[in-house]
Amino acid sequence: MSLVIKICFVGLLASLLSVAQAEGLTIEITKGSQTAVPIAIVPFAQQGTVGDVKLSEVINSDLAGSGFFKTLPEEDMLTKPTDPESVNYRDWQALGQDYLVIGQVLGNGGNFNIQFYLSNVHNGQLLMGYKLTVGANELRRAAHHISDLIYEKLTGRKGAFNTRIAYVTSAARGNGKQYMLQVADADGYNPRTIAESPEPIMAPAWSPDASKIAYVSFHTKRSAIYVQTLATGQRESVAAYPGINGAPAFSPDGSRLAITLSKDGSPDIYVLNLATHGLTRLTSGLSIDTEPTWSPDGSTIVFTSDQGGKPQLYMMPSSGGRATRLTFQGDYNARGRFSADGKSLAMVNGSGGRYRIAIMDMASRTVNILSDGNLDESPSFAPNGSMILFAANKGGRSLLSVVSTDGAMQQKLDFHSGGVREPAWAP
Amino acid sequence: MRLNKTHLVLAMMAVLATGCSSTDEQDSSLLEDGTQPVADASTSGYNDGSMSGSQFGSGDGYNTGSGTGYGSGSGSNLGPEFSDPNNPLSKQTIYFELDSSQVKQEYVPVVAAHAQYLASHPDQHVILAGHADERGSSEYNIALGEQRAKSVERMMRSQGVTSIQLEIVSYGEEKPAVSGGGESAWQMNRRVEVGYQ
Repeated sequence: MSLVIKICFVGLLASLLSVAQAEGLTIEITKGSQTAVPIAIVPFAQQGTVGDVKLSEVINSDLAGSGFFKTLPEEDMLTKPTDPESVNYRDWQALGQDYLVIGQVLGNGGNFNIQFYLSNVHNGQLLMGYKLTVGANELRRAAHHISDLIYEKLTGRKGAFNTRIAYVTSAARGNGKQYMLQVADADGYNPRTIAESPEPIMAPAWSPDASKIAYVSFHTKRSAIYVQTLATGQRESVAAYPGINGAPAFSPDGSRLAITLSKDGSPDIYVLNLATHGLTRLTSGLSIDTEPTWSPDGSTIVFTSDQGGKPQLYMMPSSGGRATRLTFQGDYNARGRFSADGKSLAMVNGSGGRYRIAIMDMASRTVNILSDGNLDESPSFAPNGSMILFAANKGGRSLLSVVSTDGAMQQKLDFHSGGVREPAWAP
Repeated sequence: MRLNKTHLVLAMMAVLATGCSSTDEQDSSLLEDGTQPVADASTSGYNDGSMSGSQFGSGDGYNTGSGTGYGSGSGSNLGPEFSDPNNPLSKQTIYFELDSSQVKQEYVPVVAAHAQYLASHPDQHVILAGHADERGSSEYNIALGEQRAKSVERMMRSQGVTSIQLEIVSYGEEKPAVSGGGESAWQMNRRVEVGYQ
């Protein structure tokens, strides 16, 4: 399998760097950050049977995609050192670089020994040197781990490169469609199908320990909510009432699901105890109440409601009580999702016929629009809060997009076959 | 002018169609859960163990196509009136305005025709499948699709169709009749499909 890597910077850099393509996946950075830190990742020396995965390309793609870094194209490198002794820092200073990453991979049968070094180009100081040993199929994970280490060292924040995402693909099959719930690495690689059906699958939601996914499937021609354990594939139907069974969201302790049911009339928020299957109704009335999400401390549920006429976000105690309106900017605010620290809330904001991803600072209630599409939906925070994954639409086809929470960087994950929607970033 | 019964019914339904919410309880019974892991497609080692996938059985093919609903027929023992383009029964899709679950005037006779047919065929069951266009969030669109299906249901119930004959499902934006963007596609996707079982 040949791997071609291409990354396009639009805005800051108009140059073509390289392109990541595997199994019909393209990662394209559509908006680069003005303040990104220049870093050069030199192709690692390889000895023995190393295989197809190029560590430096994966690290390159991770760091460039984070929005914090601007990576140096390989063809612009004057030298390609692979050990600290052979680095001439002046070369890298001349290229305007701040940091340098070099390394080696040794394949010895089943395992790989990896060494890498991170240094400051301006003073030649070695900031980090690591040795890792990984198994045959773990080279990409090792590369993401290295990206995490570099990211944390230079930004002070934990990286989110070694995480997973879930999403739903749909593609034509026969006279109909085939919907697949997949789990992949955060960069879209290594997709695994965990459920498929000729009827829609929706709303995947991770359990807090990332061992389970709750989702909605229509494979019986009715909606029902399932909880599936990833390691075993075991699936349990937890809600199959008349009407809507939708929008599952795990409580932070994993013991309950907030869900939407319309069995008692209009769609309302309920909390389902996963051990007893007991239901607690949180909202009532004639309005549409849906898309519940828990605050990280479990005390509050934010949901979408049209009780004021148009859909807006409301919050209420997760034990029940009065709901207060949270959003006032734009005529449509829906599908709230908290960041892991609870300080920010991502949502779909509709204004002037455009649906974009917005972020609210919970302390000041200030709302900023982050994305620039027309049909953006389903926002989901990276576990480190630095990025938001969402579904976008390009030329009538749905694809996944990632935007940094400061809006400075945006990239697309374009799966070439069919549409991709309903992304959820694993905790 | 003498108002006959049909006019009265249509007038009544037009009133009902103007979006008042009904407090009718749906008395259909709890749906059976037909989930059986049909096949386990084990995948190779990932992370800390293997992850298993499962495939849902493909049902019996109701509405898996993407037809626009006009005269698409439904395969069962429906009479020729369902394929006669001059008969309102040939129309099995009711379209809606943006953000609205109100049955438009032009579709009131279509709903009435189906209601009359169902009232006189009490053993006939239909699924009212509500849909929304792709704008906005997907779960909210599920709610919108259900509101549309419930509008049609209320009109049918008012004309003597029993709750046992009617079942509602909302697919939201998940099953567009027409793919692609723009109002020309969206207006075809904001719909309720009357599916004879």
